[in-house]
Amino acid sequence: MNAEIKPLRTAAETALATEFAARRAALPAGKIAKERDAAFARFERSGLPTRRVEQWKYTDLRALMREAKPLAPAPDDKAKARGKDAGKILSGVATHRLVFVDGAFVPEISDQTALSGVRIYSLASEIERGNGAGAFTVAVKDAFDDPVVSLNNAMAVDGAVIQIAARTIAEPPIHLVFVHSGEEATSAYTRSRVVVENGAQVTLIESHEGPDGVDYQVNNALALFVGDRASVNHVKINGEGSASLHVATLTATVGEGAVLRSFAFTRGGAVTRNQIFMTCNGKNAELAIGGANLLRGREHADTTLVLDHAVGGCTSREVFKSVLDDESRGVFQGKIVVRPDAQKTDARMMMRALLLSDDAEADHKPELEIFADDVQCGHGSTAGALDENLKFYLMARGIPDAEAEALLIQAFIGDALDTVAHEGVRDALMFAALRWLGERK
Amino acid sequence: MSLLEIKNLQVVVDNRQILNGLNLTVNAGEVHAIMGPNGAGKSTLAHVLSGKSGYQVIGGEVLLDGEDLLALEADERAAKGVFLAFQYPLEIPGVATMTFLRTAMNAQRKKRGEPELSTPDFMKRVREGAAKLGISQDMLRRAVNVGFSGGEKKRNEVLQMALLEPKLCVLDETDSGLDIDALKIVANGVNYMRSPERGMIVITHYQRLLDYIVPDFVHVLSKGRIVKSGGKELALELEAKGYAAYQDEAA
Repeated sequence: MNAEIKPLRTAAETALATEFAARRAALPAGKIAKERDAAFARFERSGLPTRRVEQWKYTDLRALMREAKPLAPAPDDKAKARGKDAGKILSGVATHRLVFVDGAFVPEISDQTALSGVRIYSLASEIERGNGAGAFTVAVKDAFDDPVVSLNNAMAVDGAVIQIAARTIAEPPIHLVFVHSGEEATSAYTRSRVVVENGAQVTLIESHEGPDGVDYQVNNALALFVGDRASVNHVKINGEGSASLHVATLTATVGEGAVLRSFAFTRGGAVTRNQIFMTCNGKNAELAIGGANLLRGREHADTTLVLDHAVGGCTSREVFKSVLDDESRGVFQGKIVVRPDAQKTDARMMMRALLLSDDAEADHKPELEIFADDVQCGHGSTAGALDENLKFYLMARGIPDAEAEALLIQAFIGDALDTVAHEGVRDALMFAALRWLGERK
Repeated sequence: MSLLEIKNLQVVVDNRQILNGLNLTVNAGEVHAIMGPNGAGKSTLAHVLSGKSGYQVIGGEVLLDGEDLLALEADERAAKGVFLAFQYPLEIPGVATMTFLRTAMNAQRKKRGEPELSTPDFMKRVREGAAKLGISQDMLRRAVNVGFSGGEKKRNEVLQMALLEPKLCVLDETDSGLDIDALKIVANGVNYMRSPERGMIVITHYQRLLDYIVPDFVHVLSKGRIVKSGGKELALELEAKGYAAYQDEAA
């Protein structure tokens, strides 16, 4: 007799089941409810991922997430007031701000002016109108089975739903501002969907922040649909609080001749997971995917990328940099898949870590799965300390030790930041990096 | 008081003694050439003076204006007026030349309690210095020494020297890797820096450089000690006879 082996539920998994049951009861029945049930069933089958799951090898979420925090209540006036000041990192850049406080869209502190050719809704309002089902479609197959994506699909009730009409040049950049408002350790799930139709152009920024010392949890998902010859500059700025757990999923499908640049800047947060699933669906697309992580203390940041060159003629460049101080840990896993028909693919991936302390750790895992024979693919990985000879050169010119290190670190991440196309955003990120360097002990 | 006094300096690198009781006094206004065969300890002397780590001083002392130089970090020595022109200037990708120059100039001024340079003042100094050395605006726009030829790197060293206005210049094999035209430009830049307030140590393997930077004194360094000192004619003698005689003398 074969007994079905049921994995033991952790306290966090039990709490998630309870939260889901409560959330389910409060939501309308119908197609979305069925999708949510299916998503949660998928999550229950796998449970929180452990290091035995290859994609989560270096980020054992079951161990790192000992408890699941209760879902955040709807923001009150005080919470909304905090939302007003959020996203300051981009204060020098004119953007169209959409503010989410504790996972809920707050229209009264968001920009309300209409943008020509751009339709913006909140997911919550779409669900109310019975229109939200599309937002829960998992566009990229690899993401479908991911437990964190399933959990997001089951729990998320709000997010941004944006549609940019064909050939529209969306101005100014759209800024999704996510903020955890208070001292309560709650959890927030958001799910956004951005459709950029053929030939349209947009700069899309998301920033995430919250108070230090509060162990709140964030599960955020963004699905990008990039149409033929469309151009998308996406920047994710993670400035979460020092005790937070932030898990984010980005999925993107990219059309023919389109250009997609996506850059993730991470500074802060106890545990950060950025997982990226992208598929080139149309020929001759250009992708530039990058990231810079500045970590200290015992911070842990994991970027895991699966890039599927499903069709040929596409170019992709991946440049990830991390600066690791104290006992921090930086993880990059990058997998590039080139399908049998994806001839003339040109893919290059580089991951580099700068270790500022003997106790910091860098884990890099590049993977190439190439099934086509006429392609150019390469990957590289480095990890090392600051070059003492370069430091001496600077010090011999009178530049003190700490300032010399700061200059070299700035130079190290500089070429990753250079891939951010929007000048104002790039300057804001460099400024944030300099502040981080200034805070170094 | 002398500008620089090196007394009985003994230095160990990787468990090997490189300098074996070196004595040298440089007064303001003087240019001293130090010549010697490979492995004599020329570059070690330059690095010890400028404060590079990895050099263990096991005896002797170095005084700059009567002050213990060896107790200071490299950046503090620079602020006191010590400048090392590197034999092999390093490339620093990602650090803009202008940022580098400005950071260095202001760091030194700050340590000396002087106000920071204004942007126009800084730009003017760089433009003037660059013009004298034939350094183009394009070079200034690039990252430090990245994509520079050997000659351009050395000119950039001399530009830094001119902007930082040191008291003591140590030129480590400035002639290495230079063709004759580049050598002339670099030497002119160095000669322009000669002044009654400034001392210079010109380290070189070949006499050729000393045709253009004419020294007041020439010293022969062999096996970590100065084994002979003389006037500029000593350089010509070395060129004719080689170092063999002095290597035996030291042994």
